[in-house]
Amino acid sequence: MIDRPLSTLLSLLLMTLGVGIISLLLQINHHIEQQMENNIRGIDMVVGAKGSPLQLILSSVYHIDAPTGNILLSEAEQLRKNPLVDYGIPLSFGDSYRGYRIVGTNDSYANLYNASLAEGKLWSATLEVTVGASAAQNLGLKIGDTFTGAHGLAEGGETHEDHIYKVVGIFNPANSVIDQLILTATESVWSVHDHEEEHSTPEDHEHGDEPKHEHDHEDEHHSDHDEPSEENKDRQITTMLVKFKSPMGMVRLPRMVNENTNMQAAVPVYEIQRLFNLLGVGVNAMQAIAIAIMIVSGLSVFLSLYRALRDRQYEMALMRTYGATRWKLAWLIVQEGLLLTSFGFIFGMVLSRIGIFVLSMITEANYHYTFSGWTWLTQEWWLLATALVVGLLASLIPAIRVFHINISQKLAHA
Amino acid sequence: MLSTQSLIFAYDQENTFSFPDISLEDGEDLLILGPSGIGKTTLLHLLAGLLLPDTGQVELMGTVLHKLPTRQLDKFRGAHIGLVFQRPHFIRSLSLQENLALVQYLAGKKQDRNRGREILRSLDIEDKRHKRPHSLSQGEQQRATIAMAVLNNPQLILADEPTASLDDENCKNVVTLLKDQAKATGAQLVIITHDKRLKAHFKNCITL
Repeated sequence: MIDRPLSTLLSLLLMTLGVGIISLLLQINHHIEQQMENNIRGIDMVVGAKGSPLQLILSSVYHIDAPTGNILLSEAEQLRKNPLVDYGIPLSFGDSYRGYRIVGTNDSYANLYNASLAEGKLWSATLEVTVGASAAQNLGLKIGDTFTGAHGLAEGGETHEDHIYKVVGIFNPANSVIDQLILTATESVWSVHDHEEEHSTPEDHEHGDEPKHEHDHEDEHHSDHDEPSEENKDRQITTMLVKFKSPMGMVRLPRMVNENTNMQAAVPVYEIQRLFNLLGVGVNAMQAIAIAIMIVSGLSVFLSLYRALRDRQYEMALMRTYGATRWKLAWLIVQEGLLLTSFGFIFGMVLSRIGIFVLSMITEANYHYTFSGWTWLTQEWWLLATALVVGLLASLIPAIRVFHINISQKLAHA
Repeated sequence: MLSTQSLIFAYDQENTFSFPDISLEDGEDLLILGPSGIGKTTLLHLLAGLLLPDTGQVELMGTVLHKLPTRQLDKFRGAHIGLVFQRPHFIRSLSLQENLALVQYLAGKKQDRNRGREILRSLDIEDKRHKRPHSLSQGEQQRATIAMAVLNNPQLILADEPTASLDDENCKNVVTLLKDQAKATGAQLVIITHDKRLKAHFKNCITL
């Protein structure tokens, strides 16, 4: 093998690519599903402003999209009192600190994700915040630190200079979306924005060309302006996460909300299913490509072994004269094929892990999502089996040819 | 003890060879002389069981070669027959020492490095053992082939034109080496050649 570096390298490279891509896809799929399921736990329905249900789920459960708008707290509260509802957690967001979302809620949100405190305490007063593990680490926030929130969800928004948040606690990693959030009381969000309306609404209108979520945010202010006198009664929140008492709720409540209120209800399980179906096409295409690469790699291993055998037939004949049986020689060739594919597999695994690492850094920077862990998936055992079968098949024909070498002829004409 | 009876081998209708019977007692050496194209290599391959005769048989130490199944024939050959080829053959990617170890391994013997070194020493190429065989000089390669042939203490050493490309001096050396090695391992030596210079060195001689 070493005497033929180029064809060996090609086989190895193809195998590495095939295995690497498949493994990467498997890992990404696994991580996304895990993340999705982790974050969906305990949430049967999300209620928010009318708009795209998928957007509603993405923004309020996963915190990766802009919110659809705001809803009236009173209306949400009414829903919460419905006998079919176990609990409802209000969320208010729209501001961020250096790209990390500031979410106004109550302590049941932390309980939902079993988030425990690493140090300090939960927020109790207005403008006190408790910070998720990753957010705290990446922002370098410690207890007692203060910061000002920025308008909008992207970095570099206009800051609310008058309202200074104070860190009072930091969560342990909960392996869910809460790690990426800065939690505070719903009242904090209200107080920041009540204040802002009085002072800076005119400025807001200058940001007409800013991204969509800014518009959403502005809508909120517009509506506030429309009913300034009712401000206190008609407090707003962004969404409410709802858990039903019984499966009956699943049947009746989403429809009820969508038909009878100004709010929209979305069921995370359905929406995520839909999302996966949409993504599935891409994933399937990638998988098909990766499988094709693996087949080509198998062919390449086959060709390289086959050609190698032609060059070495006399060596094989020679070994026969020294007492090697045909089975021994066939096994030698099969070993070579297996060795090649095994190395391809190992390199592929390394490649996929590097890929995940890079991807993790990118998503961390862009979405504050990390792919954690170096888990070994059961599907990857199958991948190993497939790789070995490819190696075996590719070396089978050359191995069989060993049986038909005419020793005498090869030696006489070598 | 080596004996053949009425050996006939045909590649096709025009190329049919029949060979005189050979009968060799223990401790006897044999020179088989004949011009090119008369089937010398064919005879050697028949004696080694690399080719199976159309009629007749080769018997070595009471075993009739062509009656063995392929697997056992391979093993028998590895254990009892040492071959010295006209042109040296090695596994290219292995060093001389590794080639020797491979020969031991293939014959199903223990990989005894000392035995290999001993033989290389007796052939005066011990210091070349880490080199690739193809980087050796022709004379050294010739000696390395002899080392590979006698390594497993065969009962029969078959040499095909071992002296064809050598001058008188080296011709004599190689014959002496082969005879010494055969004596040292208690093997019978059969040389097949067209080289008439060898005639002086052997009592038994068959001309094809």
